[in-house]
Amino acid sequence: MSLLSVRDLVTEFQSPSGTARAVDGVSFDVNPGEIFGIVGESGCGKSATCRSILRLFGGASAQVASGQIMLKETGDLARMHERELAQVRGRDVAFIFQDPLSALNPTMRIGKQIGEVIRRHRKASRAEAREAALQLLRDVHVTSPERRLDAYPHELSGGLRQRVVIAMALALRPRLIIADEPTTALDVTVQDQILRLLKERRDSLGTSIILVTHDLGVVSQICDRMAVMYAGRVVETGAVRDVLDAPSHPYTQALLAALPGQVSRDSQLIPIKGAPPSLIDPPAGCRFAPRCALAQPQCAIGAAPGLHSRPAAAEGHFDACILNEVSHAAA
Amino acid sequence: MLFAISKRLLMLVPVLIGITMISFLLLQIMPGDPASRAMGTRASPEELQAMRELWGLGKPLWVQYLYFLRDCLTGSFGVSIFHKQPIIDLVAERLPFTLAIVGYSTVIALLIALPFAILAAANRGRMLDNVVRQIFVVVVAMPPFWLCYVLILWLALRMGWFATGGVGDGFLANIGRLFLPSLVVGLSTAALIQQSLRAALIDTMKADYIDTARAKGLRGHEVFLRHILPNSLISTISIIGVRVSWIIGGTVVVEKIFSVPGLGSLLIDAIVSRDLPVIRGLTVFFAIMVVIVNLITDICYALADPRVRLE
Repeated sequence: MSLLSVRDLVTEFQSPSGTARAVDGVSFDVNPGEIFGIVGESGCGKSATCRSILRLFGGASAQVASGQIMLKETGDLARMHERELAQVRGRDVAFIFQDPLSALNPTMRIGKQIGEVIRRHRKASRAEAREAALQLLRDVHVTSPERRLDAYPHELSGGLRQRVVIAMALALRPRLIIADEPTTALDVTVQDQILRLLKERRDSLGTSIILVTHDLGVVSQICDRMAVMYAGRVVETGAVRDVLDAPSHPYTQALLAALPGQVSRDSQLIPIKGAPPSLIDPPAGCRFAPRCALAQPQCAIGAAPGLHSRPAAAEGHFDACILNEVSHAAA
Repeated sequence: MLFAISKRLLMLVPVLIGITMISFLLLQIMPGDPASRAMGTRASPEELQAMRELWGLGKPLWVQYLYFLRDCLTGSFGVSIFHKQPIIDLVAERLPFTLAIVGYSTVIALLIALPFAILAAANRGRMLDNVVRQIFVVVVAMPPFWLCYVLILWLALRMGWFATGGVGDGFLANIGRLFLPSLVVGLSTAALIQQSLRAALIDTMKADYIDTARAKGLRGHEVFLRHILPNSLISTISIIGVRVSWIIGGTVVVEKIFSVPGLGSLLIDAIVSRDLPVIRGLTVFFAIMVVIVNLITDICYALADPRVRLE
C-alpha cells in the first residue's frame, strides 16, 4: 500500500485577473522508501502540487478546492483542520524549500531554528534540543557543527544552508519529505552533494521523498518513479526507466528532445515551440495540443484527457495522450 | 563592536566643529540686541555698553567664536544672559522632562501602534484595514496645538482625570502630569509606526522562512510571535530613532501648552529674549543628541539584525 495517495487534487490560486487552477485533477502515489520525481517546466503546477500537500502557500491566497491527499495511518490531509495539519507538518511530513537562504529566518541562530521543530513535537529542554540539533548537523555532514549551531544563516555557504534545511526536515524522522527544487539555487558541484545526501538518508532511514525538479538529469540520477506535469495536469507517470527510455506522451518526448547531454554532439536540440497555456482559462481538450507536433483535430475537443495505459506499456506506466488512447481502443 | 562605536564617536568631532561654526554664524545674522533685551528698556546707554563688554559682544567675531568653542569644550556651553547661569545647568534642569516625554510618548505610541498594525496586517485589503488607515490619517492630520486644547478641555477640565499642565514632584506624580503631553506626541509617532509596521508585517508574512516555520508544525501564534513579529519590528527601530531626535528639540508647542519645563520651551524663551548664548548652546547640544541617538539607533539595529554590521 502506498504511503501517500493523491487523488484528483485541484488547487486554485486567486489573482486579480481571475482564479487560476494551478493544480487541476492531479493523482499520484508515493510508496514507502521511494523517491518520487515530479518534473515539468516553470508554472506547470509541480510546486503548487507539493505545497498543497501541507497547505503551505506562502503569501498567496490559494486553497485546495477538491480532491484527496491520503497519508497512510493519518488520513486525508486535504480535509484536515489547520490545527491537526500542524501536528502532521514537521513530524510526519517535512518540507525542503528551493532557496535555503530565504527559507531560514535571518535573525535566528541555526541551532535554535533546528531545535524549534524538535521542541514543537517532542518534550525536550533547550539543552536537549541543542544536543539533538548538533547530532542532526553531524548526520548531514556539516563540518565543525558545534560552531554552526550559533551561526546565523547569512554566515553559511549555500550548500551548508541547504544541509541545515535538510537537517531540520530530518529532525523527527518524518515518513515523507517533500523537496521543492532543493538544488536549483545551488552550484552544480553542491547540487550533486545534496542529492547524494538525500538519497543516503532515504537508504538509511527508509524515508519517502517527493523530489520536484525541472532537471530530468536529476530525476534519472536518484528517482525511482516519476510524474511529468504540464499546465496543472500529470501527462505521464511511471518508473523512471520506463518513462525516460520509452516516453509515450508527446510532451515527454519533446522534453527529452530538448535536453542536452543525452543526444550526440552533432544532433541538434529541438526546442518546444510556444508557451504553456493560461491556467485561468485553459484550452479545451489536451492542453499540450497547441504546441504538439503530432496534434490532430480531436485533441482540442472536450475535457482534458485522463491517464491511461498504452498497449505494451510497462506496468504502472501511464500517459494522457488522446492519440494513444485511440490506438488502444482500435487494438 | 566597541571599535566601531569609538570610531563613530571620533567622527563626531568634525561634525561638531561644523555645527558650532554654523550655529555661531547664523546667530550673528539674527536681528536684535541681546544687551538691551537683558537689561530692559530703562537701561542707560552706559549700562548697555558695560553689559556688551561683559558678554564680549564688542569683540571681533573670531574671538567670540573661540570663546564659544572654549565654553563648549569645558562643558558649560556658555552662560545665559537672561538666567545668568551656565547653559549646561539649564539643560540639566530641563532634560529629564524632555527625556520623560521622549520615553513616555514612545511607550504610548508602541502600545497604540502595535495592536492596530497587527489588526490591519491580518485583515489587509479588507474593510478593517481601511478603517484603521483612515483613523490614523485623521490622527496625523490633527494639529498638535488643537489636540492639546481638546484634551485639556475634555480629559482635564470636564472629566477631571488629569491636571491641565505643569509638572509634579517625583516619578509617580509625573506619570499623571506628563500623560497628556506624551499622548499628543505619541499619537503622531503611533501613526508613523503603525503604517510602517503594517507594511513590514505583510512583507514578512510572505517570506519563505515563514513557510518553513509553518512546515515545522508551529501553530499560528508561535509563527507570529517567534518569526513574523520580531523580524517586522526591526524596521520600527529606525522610525523610533528619527522620532526621538525630533522630539528632543521639537516639542515646543506641546511643552508650552502644558507648561512642561523642557528643552523646547527653553529654546523658545531664549529666542524671545534674544538670549544668544542659550540659543547657540542649545543648537550644539541638540546636534550632539541627534548624533548620539543615531548611533544608539544603529547599535540597536545591529543587535536586532545579525546581518547588519556597525560600520
